[in-house]
Amino acid sequence: MNEHKKAHRTSENILQALKNGIRAGIPIGLGYFAVSFSLGIAARNAGLTPFQSFLASMLCNASAGEYAGFTTIAANATYLEIAIITIVANLRYLLMSCAMSQRLRPGFPLLHRLLMGFYLTDELFGIAISRPGFLDPYYTYGAVLVAGPAWGIGTALGNIAGNLLPDRLVSALSVALYGMFLAIIIPPSRKNKIIAGVVSISFAASLAASCLPYISALSQGTRTIILTLLISAGAAFLFPIPQSTDEEESK
Amino acid sequence: MTHSIAIYLFIMAGVTFAIRVLPLTLIRKQIKNRFLQSFLYYVPYVTLAVMTFPAIVQATQNPWAGLLALIVGVITAWFGAGLFQVSLACCIIVLIVEYFFV
Repeated sequence: MNEHKKAHRTSENILQALKNGIRAGIPIGLGYFAVSFSLGIAARNAGLTPFQSFLASMLCNASAGEYAGFTTIAANATYLEIAIITIVANLRYLLMSCAMSQRLRPGFPLLHRLLMGFYLTDELFGIAISRPGFLDPYYTYGAVLVAGPAWGIGTALGNIAGNLLPDRLVSALSVALYGMFLAIIIPPSRKNKIIAGVVSISFAASLAASCLPYISALSQGTRTIILTLLISAGAAFLFPIPQSTDEEESK
Repeated sequence: MTHSIAIYLFIMAGVTFAIRVLPLTLIRKQIKNRFLQSFLYYVPYVTLAVMTFPAIVQATQNPWAGLLALIVGVITAWFGAGLFQVSLACCIIVLIVEYFFV
């Protein structure tokens, strides 16, 4: 019954969801703009034009994934290597996508599935999943209307203005992206000691890998792949997460 | 050998889209394998941590500025600052340090 009602929504209902989404998208868009600016600088370092950077951001919508891709391009890596590093840097979306699939109403249309997947970023996933019940695609689309362009335009401007800005400012903006990564990994570390341990070990192993002979000779992308596979597998082996029960699923 | 930027971007966009869309369209049930579940659970934290350090220290003109940005970022994120605030705090600390020491 409920599904029947949801399938036949009024246009006012959709408009309201869009409006709510746009409102939620404004702070996300502001954050994206600042962060994508430093991504544009990384794109410029990899030899991309402002338009190519814009295109990359509008098509990928991925901070860590794009950053990993740009550094791989800068290293003139093979196409296979960029495919692998893109998979590794974006692997978390595989899990989010799995989680999101549990929150769609039965019979959710394929077109909406594709669009929701295309815009599955950390922040858009976060605001979508934080609302109770089945996901409302129009809420996400409202947020995308603000956050999507902010991400693409910010990347292009970062690419252009990276040339014009003084070194001191470029240096400062370069850490914005790392700040964002910290904002994603540190709050869960505070709540969960195992995650805190995994993050600490990752920091230490990454530092060691950048200094030690042989492994430091590998590209940064390859080092990221190796360390991610080893540390995640080790953590999964030693500290498997509690299995989710069927009762939790059907809440 | 030089590579085409267009092909690089095509691969990045295609792979990224596939990762995000495949589970959403194909998987209708929860993953049951506990190891795989746990592995995927830890992957984002490890990848982002490995990419952040020591790269943040190498990104700035003065490595001490990068190290301070890392510390400030961890502290502000720890006490609940959002994505935008943490990024801003990191940028500002680098600006201040490099104003005096570069």
